[in-house]
Amino acid sequence: MASLGIDVLFKGTNFLRLLQGLWVSIEISLISVVLSILLGLLVGVLMTVNNKVLHAILKVYLETVRIMPQMVLLFIVYFGTTRVFGWDMSAESSAIFVFTFWGTAEMGDLVRGSIKSIPTIQFESAAALGMDKVQTYFYIILPQTVRRLIPLSINLITRMIKTTSLVMMIGIVEVLKVAQQIIEANRKTSPNAAFGIFLVVFLLYFIVCWPISRLATYLEKRWA
Amino acid sequence: MDKDILIEYLPLYKEALLLTLKIGWQGIILAFVIGLIGSAILHFKVAVLKSIVGVYIEIFRNTPLLVQLFFIYFALPKVGIQVTAEACGVLGLGLLGGAYMIETFRSGLEAIPVIQTESAESLGMNNFQVLWHVILPQAITISVPGLLANVIFLLKETSVFSTISLMDLMFTAKDLIGMYAKTIECLFLLVVFYLIMLLPISILGALVERRMRYGQFGD
Amino acid sequence: MSELLKVTHLHKEFGPNVVLKDINLSVKKGEVVVIIGPSGCGKSTFLRCLNGLEEIQSGVITVDGLPVEAGKRDITKLRQKIGMVFQSYELFPHKTVLENIILAPTKVQKRTKEDATREALELLDKVGLVDKKDYYPRQLSGGQKQRVAIVRALLMHPDVILFDEVTAALDPEMVHEVLETMLDLAKSGSTMLIVTHEMAFAEAVADRIIFLDKGDIVEETSDVKDFFIKPKTERAQKFLKTFAYE
Repeated sequence: MASLGIDVLFKGTNFLRLLQGLWVSIEISLISVVLSILLGLLVGVLMTVNNKVLHAILKVYLETVRIMPQMVLLFIVYFGTTRVFGWDMSAESSAIFVFTFWGTAEMGDLVRGSIKSIPTIQFESAAALGMDKVQTYFYIILPQTVRRLIPLSINLITRMIKTTSLVMMIGIVEVLKVAQQIIEANRKTSPNAAFGIFLVVFLLYFIVCWPISRLATYLEKRWA
Repeated sequence: MDKDILIEYLPLYKEALLLTLKIGWQGIILAFVIGLIGSAILHFKVAVLKSIVGVYIEIFRNTPLLVQLFFIYFALPKVGIQVTAEACGVLGLGLLGGAYMIETFRSGLEAIPVIQTESAESLGMNNFQVLWHVILPQAITISVPGLLANVIFLLKETSVFSTISLMDLMFTAKDLIGMYAKTIECLFLLVVFYLIMLLPISILGALVERRMRYGQFGD
Repeated sequence: MSELLKVTHLHKEFGPNVVLKDINLSVKKGEVVVIIGPSGCGKSTFLRCLNGLEEIQSGVITVDGLPVEAGKRDITKLRQKIGMVFQSYELFPHKTVLENIILAPTKVQKRTKEDATREALELLDKVGLVDKKDYYPRQLSGGQKQRVAIVRALLMHPDVILFDEVTAALDPEMVHEVLETMLDLAKSGSTMLIVTHEMAFAEAVADRIIFLDKGDIVEETSDVKDFFIKPKTERAQKFLKTFAYE
């Protein structure tokens, strides 16, 4: 059997290019996660506020994200906005926009869940001490949710990284796209390179995501 | 929006929906079976097998479905393992979903207190009777909301099938946009068809969750 | 009368903690033995050893001459001879009262459904719960659940029934109805081993009292009345004092 592509991997700057491609995904993920966590805290708190209109709006938002595949959202933003509004959004900004839109909903739901898990009596005893709403959330409620939220936020990072593999569909040159390019360029000399290259991409994703999700699991158990 | 275009494209989307559903459900059934077997292996701590299941879960939960599909569809043929695009979709979805289903079933099993097992044992039941009559009915009931969430998650994940040239909803939309540039109509139909596929399950999930939260046996 | 349950040199430890040391006990058919003692003295663990829910490190337990060994294949046969009622009832939440009661008789003892149902209804009638037969456990009060759990154990026709602090989780006004049921059982000649904190009940029901402390049988007597007036050992005196207000 001919070589399975390991030689292709070390030819020229191929491996470096793969890593650069991976970095593109990670960069998009990290920016989106940071934005999602900040906005998610806000959305989460808003969801616990008693306001029917606000509630309905957030509900529709959450359900949209729950039902629509991220790929569909990506297409709508990338292809749709140009058509309808004439915006010229780059693929990268579209991706960050969509993943933040998605991540904020996920994070918001987690924040809402952990706020709901705090007993009502904690709100009441804060009120009995004369605190207002903002003080209650800021000093009493949110600090108690942190231990629960940190592992879940870390988990969101791995989910985000996995989801960014979709951006190749709107033309961003990330690790999978680079892999395809390398395989294509070496088709003649190394027809079986697809095996080695895709195996390496598989492993790269695993090497990035696995430690992060282990960390999340560890913290979740420790702080449970 | 052009109504005639919508009507013209409708049959193409319908066909794509059917293909998505066909592969989706086969994959989900595979995931369900893997989930049941895997969680039983973990629950009863079967030697050797439990390590294999552990490694399997870590691998498939920490890589994107897209990369899994590329590996199965483009890389495996190079070492002599050839699968059709449809089989690849079912296999990929099933393996990914299995890793999630195992966790769902396992947490259902773990939610049943040990003393329930003991009380069944003190009535003289053997291991199988305890599992079948006492533990499983309770564990599966607890798992239902998680199960439905997994189904929604997996059906959403089918949107990457287009990358291995399966003519699913995503593929159809992309193809039509590329050929005729009727972007708005194509995206509109895409959204509508995903809603048709996922909204009923999502509503069912919400109902079940509500019932699980506010009521139990005897309501 | 013949010996039904016999325990010789039972020794049980959890890791470094010795929970039961050299326990010897024999119970005759029809006898009601009440085990009392401070929390953590090992009395619940002792009951759990008797039907093989806990492994023991040494010693022999026999029921009707057959050895009880945790983890053995024929333990299911033995457990049919030993009924157990738990503090937390442990009815099966997904089954109705009647289904809870007839599950083991039909599946384990292969009795017909009609036969098991007929007897179940008879016993439910005796404890005043026949109208609740189609209820789910969560629709019952604690006292009702516990009476159902007792009926569930009885329907297996066990040779001996173990009661593990069965009133400890109940509201005070429900304790009585459960204890009444147990008194009736005792009068009808059932062999019972009871762990309880209800001293007045212990005095009323017991043929023999066993006082367990720190894993030891400190005092054992059939003079039940005397025990509660003037126990022989100092440790028992101290224990009984904790129930009195002066």
